[in-house]
Amino acid sequence: MERKFGEVILDLQNISLRFGGVKALTDISFNVREHEIRAIIGPNGAGKSSMLNVINGVYHPQEGQILFRGQQRQKMEPHMAATQGIARTFQNIALFKGMSVLDNIMTGRNLMMNSNILQMALYWGAAQREEIAHREKVEEIIDFLEIQSVRKTPVGQLPYGLQKRVELGRALAAEPTMLLLDEPMAGMNVEEKQDMCRFILDVNDQFGTTIVLIEHDMGVVMDISDRVVVLDYGKKIGDGVPEEVRNNEDVISAYLGTSH
Amino acid sequence: MSDTSGQSALDTFPRLLMHHARVRPGRPAMREKEYGIWQTYTWAEVAESVRAIACGLAQLGFRRGDRLAIIGDNRPRLYCSVAACQCLGGIPVMLYQDAVAQEMAYVLQDAEIRFAVVEDQEQVDKMLEIHPEVPFLEHVIYDDPRGLRQYTESMLMALDALQDMGRAHDESQRGFLDAEIGKGASDDVSVMLYTSGTTGKPKGVCQTHGAFISAARGAVEFDHLTEKEDILSYLPMAWVGDHLFSFAQAIVAGFTINCPESGETVMTDLREIGPTYYFAPPRVFEGLLTQVMIRMEDAGAFKRKLFHHFMEVARRCGADLLDGKPVSFGDRVQYALGNLLIYGPLKNVLGMSRIRVAYTAGAAIGPDLFRFYRSIGINLKQLYGQTETCAYVCLQPDGQIKLDSVGKPAPYVEVKLADNGEILVKGPMLLKAYYKRPDATAESINADGYFMTGDAGFFDEDGHLKIIDRAKDVGKLTDGSMFAPNYIENKLKFFQHIKEAVAFGNARDMVTAFINIDLEAVGNWAERRGMPYSGYTDLAQLPAVYELIRDCVEKVNAELAADPMMSASQIRRFLVLHKELDADDGELTRTRKVRRNFISERYAVLIDALYEGRKEQYIETPVKYEDGREGKIAATLRIEEVKTFAPRGERQAA
Repeated sequence: MERKFGEVILDLQNISLRFGGVKALTDISFNVREHEIRAIIGPNGAGKSSMLNVINGVYHPQEGQILFRGQQRQKMEPHMAATQGIARTFQNIALFKGMSVLDNIMTGRNLMMNSNILQMALYWGAAQREEIAHREKVEEIIDFLEIQSVRKTPVGQLPYGLQKRVELGRALAAEPTMLLLDEPMAGMNVEEKQDMCRFILDVNDQFGTTIVLIEHDMGVVMDISDRVVVLDYGKKIGDGVPEEVRNNEDVISAYLGTSH
Repeated sequence: MSDTSGQSALDTFPRLLMHHARVRPGRPAMREKEYGIWQTYTWAEVAESVRAIACGLAQLGFRRGDRLAIIGDNRPRLYCSVAACQCLGGIPVMLYQDAVAQEMAYVLQDAEIRFAVVEDQEQVDKMLEIHPEVPFLEHVIYDDPRGLRQYTESMLMALDALQDMGRAHDESQRGFLDAEIGKGASDDVSVMLYTSGTTGKPKGVCQTHGAFISAARGAVEFDHLTEKEDILSYLPMAWVGDHLFSFAQAIVAGFTINCPESGETVMTDLREIGPTYYFAPPRVFEGLLTQVMIRMEDAGAFKRKLFHHFMEVARRCGADLLDGKPVSFGDRVQYALGNLLIYGPLKNVLGMSRIRVAYTAGAAIGPDLFRFYRSIGINLKQLYGQTETCAYVCLQPDGQIKLDSVGKPAPYVEVKLADNGEILVKGPMLLKAYYKRPDATAESINADGYFMTGDAGFFDEDGHLKIIDRAKDVGKLTDGSMFAPNYIENKLKFFQHIKEAVAFGNARDMVTAFINIDLEAVGNWAERRGMPYSGYTDLAQLPAVYELIRDCVEKVNAELAADPMMSASQIRRFLVLHKELDADDGELTRTRKVRRNFISERYAVLIDALYEGRKEQYIETPVKYEDGREGKIAATLRIEEVKTFAPRGERQAA
């Protein structure tokens, strides 16, 4: 199966991030091309989540520049990332536990809702039409993620694996061009992981969404990603297709340790 | 075979379908829940969809007599494909959608399938996996294109594309399909249903249009079904029951079938549709009741008390009210109140508020279970039949319901008993033949044209048929008394804590049993008592669980002791299995019947331990997980003795 990638959509150049005296990221450069699945891996504390937060605009690197769709990014806030078509999920699930699956996914469409609060409160006119249109989109996502049976169940009652799926659903509801997944498979059993892999591949295939993901399960990473970046102590030690990375000496020693 | 109702023109399913499209074009034929909303398809739309599929298939080279495999959940377009295939004089062959690829390979080879219509990527993957073994397979057509965009195999085609092709063809040659439908005859084979293979390889049962139409027509007259019925189609399409209720009867009577959104949403969908006509195997009714009971036990004390009070009222007079028997004024008032407070809301929760007629079949139903549904005012009845008889032999007439019988012979059906008690059946609904198996056909139909069901039974004084067991399973203990394993197992399974049971005793000196606990029911029971357990295997071996099960087994022994024929079959020793018996491991058939021989080989160690009087036995069992990987479950199983009772029936018998 030949996979086709587009232009570079996100280019990170010489990024360095410090928290006081702690160097979280040092001089990291890599890029993400359209439609690809890009994995960021590395041992604990390597700076993976920091990297994702830099992309998302939560952290502002002290050095280096970020080009998104060819434009240099100025200082920005996370919600600006959302308007640019970047959605994400979190390492620790961040859903509204008391709300139903349907409502949780609906919140993902918040940015696209235009009617004013009065109309919404009365559920009248444009607000009603808008709600129906959004609901249609949400139902498509529910169908896509095969969670019809829990549509109206409060999220807090669902097993962990399903909650992760709902979180993916909420990210998808924003119809993102780029999806950031922070350990989408952490804490799952084999079957749930397989399901999640299938959904990630389907999202990538069907919607053409570019995906940047952090993952610990090497099997998963090697199977589904097109290119992999390896971080260790805030430095980039490898970058390339899975086979290259697998055979990279530095990567092997970072993961397995070497005798110095 | 000529038609009894004089409508000789409407003697095949395609003609019936086109008839409905003419006389009731705007009435709903099918509904399907998609994207959270029920979509309706009228008879005219369904007929159009069927025409498009049929013409598309014809263009791909589908010929009269070809077999079309249909694999997937109950989707409207898969039912349309069944009818489309029949329009072309082809034979639809439905496969169980949850079967693994290798199981499907056998049927595809046996039926020499060239064309398959499948639901989705999952089924397409299976077809591609077994393609090397089934060289005849030329075209695989899929309903749902999701995930299949990257597939480049030339044999694949989307059902949408096939229908577009078919529509163009139908417009340019309008007469083609009508001519094809015109060629069909009542005694053409309309469908091939594979038996589940309790014994040996599955066999293809060839049924004609005439057989299924008369079975459907008989039932429609018997229960006065009209075009206004609503039925939920959620049982596997490959099962004769679904084909009779969701296809044959729906097309004969012209009523509406409703396809659930997915396998997991059936309960919600049932509530939303509120069918008027309902069919489910006993385990579905049992599952529903277990859920209700578990939730009641978690309810507040007042609600619990109210529930139990009115259930007692219902037990006393509910079934009699349903049967139209005299009931005292006081009970009538109490029941009406109960209906307002308990039965009505309960029926609503179960999705059974509108039910006029409900049937159960496929296995014996527990008396308590059966009585429960009837007492809250649901007209639940039993029927008896098999794949070879279009699931149509006996039906229970309204108002004459007996718990332990399957009713009277249905219209057009003749039933008699052989000397050994085997039930013999004759009528228009008998199979034409087993596919490519003249030997099996000759074996199952005797010289007088009766089909030998293989079930043993007898008629009671009112002419109701009572089934005891499979004729071949009925064995003897070493002392010569009768041993009917199914009969015993069914009694065990009627307890909510027991999910499955296997009894042994043929040619042995006593009866012993394997028990499978019901994880949901026993798990809940253990939780309420604060007993910790780590999983199925651990729970199954808890001493308290053994006590619970022993209690059930003793009650069964007491019942058996009351029956002079069965008192020798009391269970002496039992063990609780460490894993659930599973169709994926070959221990059950796809219709969840116990595969006796396979189990006695696989668990020979345990059976020996039961008969050698050991206290416990270590066993390792290989298991197959749903994703196809294999693993092992090991455990040391305890074996316990059970109290038996002196035969009480002896005096009356003498």
